Amino acid sequence: MKTHLIALLSGILFGAGLALAHMVDPNKVQNFLDVTGHWDPSLLFVMIGALSVAMIAFKFILKRPAPLWATSFHLPQKTSIDPKLIAGAAIFGIGWGMSGYCPGPSVTGLSLFSSESVIMILTIYLGFFACHRLLDRP
Amino acid sequence: MENFTPYSALAGGALIGISCALLLFFNGRIAGISGIMNGAFSAPKNDRAWRLLFLAGLVVGGLFLQGLLPGFNTPRQGYPLALLGIGGFLVGFGARLANGCVSGHGVCGIARLSIRSIAATLTFIATGMITVYVIRHLLELAA
Repeated sequence: MKTHLIALLSGILFGAGLALAHMVDPNKVQNFLDVTGHWDPSLLFVMIGALSVAMIAFKFILKRPAPLWATSFHLPQKTSIDPKLIAGAAIFGIGWGMSGYCPGPSVTGLSLFSSESVIMILTIYLGFFACHRLLDRP
Repeated sequence: MENFTPYSALAGGALIGISCALLLFFNGRIAGISGIMNGAFSAPKNDRAWRLLFLAGLVVGGLFLQGLLPGFNTPRQGYPLALLGIGGFLVGFGARLANGCVSGHGVCGIARLSIRSIAATLTFIATGMITVYVIRHLLELAA
């Protein structure tokens, strides 16, 4: 129960952060990616803000044997750079540039009653499904 | 440079960092949104509720800021539907293939100093920049 409350609170903070940083505005994201146009470096500052908090916090948190209210940390186990990682990231970046949305702002965009958000969420799930079909093939 | 908003970007980023730290400290979970979205319907049953609550929180947080600062963000309109739909599909497909997106690799992964995440982040920023160059300046499909 209390871990559910943390998940909700964490989501609220994340969503408020995306909205405060204007990351729910797809033009803002595309203007960051548009280095040859009227470049807007704001997204870089979002990363700096997020990383300076998370890096210090994670350093202390991951020294603990376990999280406070769960039995163990769920961390990604893979460490190597493989072709799937690079191909996936490359495809992701193309979609990100085309639409101006990554998954977080697609969901938080619902708070603006944006029809683009609905289209993004549906097509993101289509992409998940297609990837599963491709990878889970025997 | 145009419409550069460094202070709200830093403050919004800090909120995102606090969110990631909370989820890891209490629940031991990484705030990777594509992974949370993907598992919201496909993870084992007892592993779904927290994901749906996190996703609901993303909307509530947005609503909260919209209530506090009305008109701070406005929805985009009239963007080419094909770019949006194909883009969404590629975002979903690519995020699954790479096991993460901007939040998972770009924030939580880099914060753990994961080489994999640094490589993924540099890759999607690079292809994102090339894509925006192509659609805005070569093909002039979007303003």
